[in-house]
Amino acid sequence: MNNERIDHILDEHQGNPGALIQVMMEIQEENHWLPREVMVKISEKLDVPLSRVLRIATFYKTFSLTPKGRHKIHVCTGTACQVRGAQQVLNEVQELTGIKPGETDPDLKFSLETVNCQGCCSLGPMVEIDGETHGKTSPAEIADALKKYE
Amino acid sequence: MPRINSAAELETLREGILAKKVPDKPCISICAGIACLGLGNGKVISAFEDELKKQSLEDKVELRATGCHGFCEKGPLVVIYPEEICYVEVKPEDVPEIVAKTVVDKQVIDRLVYTDPATGSKAALQSEIPFYKNQMRLLIGNSPKINPQSIEDYLAIGGYAALAKALFEMSPEEVLQEIKTANLRGRGGGGFPAGSKWETARNAPGEPKYVIVNAHEGEPGAFMDRALFTGNPHLVLEGLIIGAYTIGSSQGFIYTRHDTPVLRKNLDLALEQAREYGFLGKNIMGSGFDFDIEVHLDVGIFVSGESSALMRSIEGKAPEPRPKYIRTSVSGIWDKPSNLNNVETWANVPQIINNGSAWYSSIGTERSKGTKLISLSGNIVNSGVVEIPMGTSLREIIFDFGGGIPNGKKLKAIHFGGPMGGSIPESLIDTPLDFDALSKLGASLGAGDMLVLDEDTCMVEIARFFLEFLSGESCGKCVPCREGIRQMLGILTRMTAGKGKEGDLELLEEISEVVGEAALCSLGRSVQKPLLSMFKYFRDEFEAHIKEKKCPAQYCKGLS
Repeated sequence: MNNERIDHILDEHQGNPGALIQVMMEIQEENHWLPREVMVKISEKLDVPLSRVLRIATFYKTFSLTPKGRHKIHVCTGTACQVRGAQQVLNEVQELTGIKPGETDPDLKFSLETVNCQGCCSLGPMVEIDGETHGKTSPAEIADALKKYE
Repeated sequence: MPRINSAAELETLREGILAKKVPDKPCISICAGIACLGLGNGKVISAFEDELKKQSLEDKVELRATGCHGFCEKGPLVVIYPEEICYVEVKPEDVPEIVAKTVVDKQVIDRLVYTDPATGSKAALQSEIPFYKNQMRLLIGNSPKINPQSIEDYLAIGGYAALAKALFEMSPEEVLQEIKTANLRGRGGGGFPAGSKWETARNAPGEPKYVIVNAHEGEPGAFMDRALFTGNPHLVLEGLIIGAYTIGSSQGFIYTRHDTPVLRKNLDLALEQAREYGFLGKNIMGSGFDFDIEVHLDVGIFVSGESSALMRSIEGKAPEPRPKYIRTSVSGIWDKPSNLNNVETWANVPQIINNGSAWYSSIGTERSKGTKLISLSGNIVNSGVVEIPMGTSLREIIFDFGGGIPNGKKLKAIHFGGPMGGSIPESLIDTPLDFDALSKLGASLGAGDMLVLDEDTCMVEIARFFLEFLSGESCGKCVPCREGIRQMLGILTRMTAGKGKEGDLELLEEISEVVGEAALCSLGRSVQKPLLSMFKYFRDEFEAHIKEKKCPAQYCKGLS
């Protein structure tokens, strides 16, 4: 955890409760999850009750209260991907990683999430691994792609 | 410092930019929309950079990474100007040949041009490709022609002229009248007349007033707003500034998604440039009008695209809707008048001011004017963004632009508006694209996302899928939505597993009625719409799942 970066984000928005979501998102992007002590800090610095920080943190799927894996798998389950076979692809990924959407494996290797429409429906079914797009994929292709990751 | 202080200075600057342009200078326009980037267009762009450097052509040829060209299915797309030669499915290996043969020698490379799969005929020019041929690309047509990160490119195609006209030649009342006469209707889903909304916000008591761009675009299968906003951000900003002037607002907001990094980057740059040139900030273009814009990001929940939830989110609170006995245009952000329109609605404003309401209302049908961006997806040959005049038949959209259904399958249904929209069967394919015609059929146009479903699709499963999506996206504040979705989802899940019971359909209808009447926000009151439209047109399929334990599309496992 890079405390300096987090402090910098907090200092920029100190005393501005309206920036709560913005600040939490920046920290999530920086740190990939929100440890409790960081949420306490957010509450103090922005002058918002901790209960409200927790409420926002648990309301949105983007925020994570647990550490994330080294590699992030996003399987698109938007409608267009769905009618082109996203479910079979997702089943394969779950089978191979042993985790369900929203989970991280015990070795912190993979985190799996389903995402709603990423706006590239022509590529469906689509999986993103660490920001790299695998378009028009199939269970066999994605199984092959997952082998590359350590 | 190029700050502009009058309409005359804007025109001088524009003339200067145009004078600097070398006529007929070759330009390579590469689509850098989401789909093309996903297909590895980043590598094509760097290959062009390297090749131009190698051939010492950097000064003689312009290289431009642009917003979405629309024809996502055939990406990565490259268009060579001035001839407008369009190459599809370009790979980095093709780049040296394109530079040598097409850019330098002006020859067409046959194997890279579009081939019509039906007729085998080739089309070298973008305007000859059937997908583009009969579109009316008033909004998105400029995207291949400009670098979205350059305000000068936008000025070169006449950008900010509408703002100058509004500020210096028109009173706010006149602008309002023009938008009302044009009958511009909101493109976000409701189809509510934008002029009436603006008027309500303008006349509502309370200061300051806010104007907002809804760029949330949460409906799965909707990607046209992102395509337009990323590819031509200044167009939307110009529309918003004109709206602010009309309504009397000094503060604007843009609410968009956090997961589209290219949009964020282009938008931040556009705002910075607009401030530098004096189109935002204090005393805009020397007119005395002050206005600025703040960007807010959604953190990933569908309900935050609902107007009152979106406004709560801008306040830094959880995006829960509130009952709208009082409209947000009267009492929105911090209980002040707040006018919200979506990306495409704002993008229509500059051309209405430039060309007049009579011109605008000559396009489209009697009650739905102008063009509409449609994102085509699902079981369709050409997924992508299409812009056509209102009134175009669904048949033309699917078969002429969309290229029909792949793998020789038959069309079964057309679904509009995502999880809060509706499906219509193949037999209604001659319906025109029109807000009222579609909503009469039970499939409101929504934001313009058109999902094409082939004969292998099980409608019960699609209904279940939408409710599953919504169960994760409901904010949970009101009982009818939170519990209603859960119960409907439970029944449909049973049905798809072959455990449907007599009375299930009647029970679903009853729950639908309660949710539709009693949920708090427009999202909640619309969750039953896909299901009801499917009951109307595909009831036999639901009955087959229950009575015969059969899935006619043979999709549901465990059923024959």
